[in-house]
Amino acid sequence: MAVNMESLHEPISSSLPLEYQGDGNLKIFGFWVFLAAEVVLFSTLFAVYLVFHGNVAGGPTSQQLFDIRGFTIETFLLLTSSFTMGLGTYEMRRQNTKGVLAWVLITVLLGLGFLGMEISEFAHYVSIGANISRSAFLSAFFVLVGTHGSHVTLGILWILSILVQVMRKGITPKTARKLFVVGLYWHFLDVVWVFIFTVVYLTGKVM
Amino acid sequence: MLHSILQIGDKYFMWNEGPMIWTSDALIVLTSLGIVGLLTYLKRWKWLWDEWLTTVDHKKIGIMYIIAAFAMFFRGGMDGLIIRAQLAIPNNHFLTAEHYDQVFTTHGTIMILFMAMPFIIGLMNIAVPLQIGARDVAFPYLNAMSFWLFFFGALLFNISFVIGGSPDAGWTSYAPIAGPFYDPGVGENYYLISLQIAGIGTIATGINFLVTILKMRAPGMTLMRMPMFTWSVLITSVIIIFAFPVLTVTLALLMFDRLFGAHFFSVTHGGLPMMWANLFWIWGHPEVYIVILPAFGVFSEVVSTFSHKRLFGYKAMVVSLVAIAILSFTTWVHHFFTMGAGASVNSFFSFSTMLIAVPTGVKIFNWLFTMYKGRIEFTTSMLWALAFIPNFLIGGLTGVMLASAPADYQYHNSYFLVAHFHYVLIAGTVFGVFSGLYYWWPKMFGQKLNERIGKWAFWIFMISFNMTFMPMYFVGLMGMTRRMYTYPAGLGWGPFNLIETIGALGMGLGFVVMVFDIAYTIRHPEKDLTGDPWDGRTLEWSIPSPAPEYNFAVIPEVKGIDAYWMMKHPKEQEPGPVKAVDKSKIRPIHMPNNSYRPFIISVAFFVAGFGFIWQWYWLGIPGLIVVAIGLFLRSFEYNDEHFISTEEIERTEIAAGRL
Ligand code: HEM
Ligand SMILES: [Cu+2]
Repeated sequence: MAVNMESLHEPISSSLPLEYQGDGNLKIFGFWVFLAAEVVLFSTLFAVYLVFHGNVAGGPTSQQLFDIRGFTIETFLLLTSSFTMGLGTYEMRRQNTKGVLAWVLITVLLGLGFLGMEISEFAHYVSIGANISRSAFLSAFFVLVGTHGSHVTLGILWILSILVQVMRKGITPKTARKLFVVGLYWHFLDVVWVFIFTVVYLTGKVM
Repeated sequence: MLHSILQIGDKYFMWNEGPMIWTSDALIVLTSLGIVGLLTYLKRWKWLWDEWLTTVDHKKIGIMYIIAAFAMFFRGGMDGLIIRAQLAIPNNHFLTAEHYDQVFTTHGTIMILFMAMPFIIGLMNIAVPLQIGARDVAFPYLNAMSFWLFFFGALLFNISFVIGGSPDAGWTSYAPIAGPFYDPGVGENYYLISLQIAGIGTIATGINFLVTILKMRAPGMTLMRMPMFTWSVLITSVIIIFAFPVLTVTLALLMFDRLFGAHFFSVTHGGLPMMWANLFWIWGHPEVYIVILPAFGVFSEVVSTFSHKRLFGYKAMVVSLVAIAILSFTTWVHHFFTMGAGASVNSFFSFSTMLIAVPTGVKIFNWLFTMYKGRIEFTTSMLWALAFIPNFLIGGLTGVMLASAPADYQYHNSYFLVAHFHYVLIAGTVFGVFSGLYYWWPKMFGQKLNERIGKWAFWIFMISFNMTFMPMYFVGLMGMTRRMYTYPAGLGWGPFNLIETIGALGMGLGFVVMVFDIAYTIRHPEKDLTGDPWDGRTLEWSIPSPAPEYNFAVIPEVKGIDAYWMMKHPKEQEPGPVKAVDKSKIRPIHMPNNSYRPFIISVAFFVAGFGFIWQWYWLGIPGLIVVAIGLFLRSFEYNDEHFISTEEIERTEIAAGRL
């Protein structure tokens, strides 16, 4: 990295968490900025969705489609996975590789469960003719929730690739930073889901 | 056999459209063969790969951005000339309406996204790390990704001309005419997907420069001591981060409409065509500030350097940058006052638009006061900056006229508007990047561009620019609307249009003279060994030209605004050149390794994009998978840095006369 190399070779200082050592600080900050861009991206999608919510063009409405049981379980899975990811970070700070692997694998499994439910939800809608071409409302619904879902998919693949690195290298400043960053990403997706849960599903069920 | 080849030719390469396409095909094939032949003959392939295609050095990436921007200026300028040729006289039918639509669409899109943006980003790359005393940007590898994504996005957009047909719904691509129903075919898909690819690169650039400027400044350089160009880039990065994701979404939504049958912008099924106009301009208006603020930054540097004075009103300059950035997000509706949002909405956006004139005016006065009582040196760079002020003022004042909603019902979509935005885009952005090019060229290559030829280019271009666009104000007020492919005689528009066309030829000539200046300078270099040919004030002039790979052998200590000026004029001693590097402070330097991956990943993006454009998912999806694999491999890369030893640094610095 192009930063002043003197800083790179400072002895690991105990005042900073492991993931912030060396150029970790820079990269983590960069990732926060990236998340700011993601916030704008999702805000735009939410705005579009809200405008189109009522434009069902004679097709199914959100009230008719959404299934409370389904989206509640999805929410439960994803929120729990955020918690287990946090536990993974905690174990990372304690330098406990096994603990990291265990908690993060559980996170992945929960994420996969969420994804499976979302896919089957989408498949169900499509099977009853509520597909992306049915109405502007459904276009907006599929693109907003689908964008979140594809982020989750990418997140799972990303987490797995970092787990492999942690297994190979143990917990070093570098792997710790990577784990921390992917954790941020995962928590961010969780936050976005909280908004989808309230703005799309809950509101959609009552309005 | 022959028959089926011709059929394919007609279907994918539009051979049935006649000689213009055939000539372009032939020219493209010949040029490509020529480049390949030349590289092979000169045995330069390895050099190209090792030194350029895989580089992560901000200085080289900046140079590549600028070369690409020049090529795109040529392409967009040719489009402009074709437009002017078509409109030179009444009742002209040199182009059909369909072709005319394609030409103004590619002209506008290329000029803004593939000429102005990369030129600006090129200058950012060259100057910012040097101005803040850093060894590179925060994420050099990501920087290379940005460049190659832009490059292959631009390539994808350009090949539409000969493969499948260009987009033709204007650079604004308004729905529903850009939707699948009214505009079938691949043209608009090219627009959507190539802008998407380049746009991802731009977001990465925004993030990169924000982090670079916030985190990598030399010790002592507080925010309020940063050079004004760096300030403008910081603010621009913020605008990019907040505006470009909106473009990403907007393009994606129309892509869903066109490729997957969604109904965001269609007139049926509950879609809203006006949603496009809103989303597009929520990005689009900030976008025009993305291309103007760095130009303002350039002018601040150039005016202060060549007036040999400190920039007047530093704080006011910063505050006005911030104000413009915030306001830029509150004005988008002024692009469609006539769409009937109602009086109160229009009033709000009229007012917010006019407000922008205030901080802009503050900046203009600050430049004037910087020059006041200065010892002005009329270099080519300074000439561009001086010409900017009155010309941009014309563009800005007519902008205030357009901002008045009721009056806009008269001006809207007329040539008055076309004149306005060329006066701000050319007199602002283009003059700015030219000024910056002449200013930083010595830093890039260690030689000044020839001033004599440069001044010729300046005068020809500047006068012709006024000749081209000033009559457009009048012909616009006479009722000529934009995007009209031909017009009848007898309206009194003819003479104006003819003058405009002659002016456009003059601008073309000015551009050619400038390219000639570059070629001449390369052949007859006037070496600058000082590293500081203009008696500069900021840190980039404190190091040799061209800057060594690691930029600063020893990271400088900053004591105030115009850090290098203060080093040259210490309070206690006589002023004099500061050159020597303190040998005892040299330490080995860590630098990032070159990587072939940004290039390869972007090629894969290109292939995937091409597949999606043609709805060949067998090509598009594997392309995306290769992209993903590339990104994951990057994550597994650990040894991506190398050392530069103290001995090597000492050798380099001795060769540059600094030790
Ligand atoms: C080189 C000299 C140039 C000439 C002769 C020229 C000429 C023109 C003309 C005549 C039009 C109006 C076409 C129509 O409405 O029918 C136009 C449109 C446009 N020009 Fe230029 N132009 C030049 C340079 C530039 C530059 C440097 C930029 C941007 C940085 C630019 C951006 C645009 C845009 C955005 C449009 C609108 C396209 C649309 O309607 O979709 N032009 N140009
Ligand atoms: Cu605007």
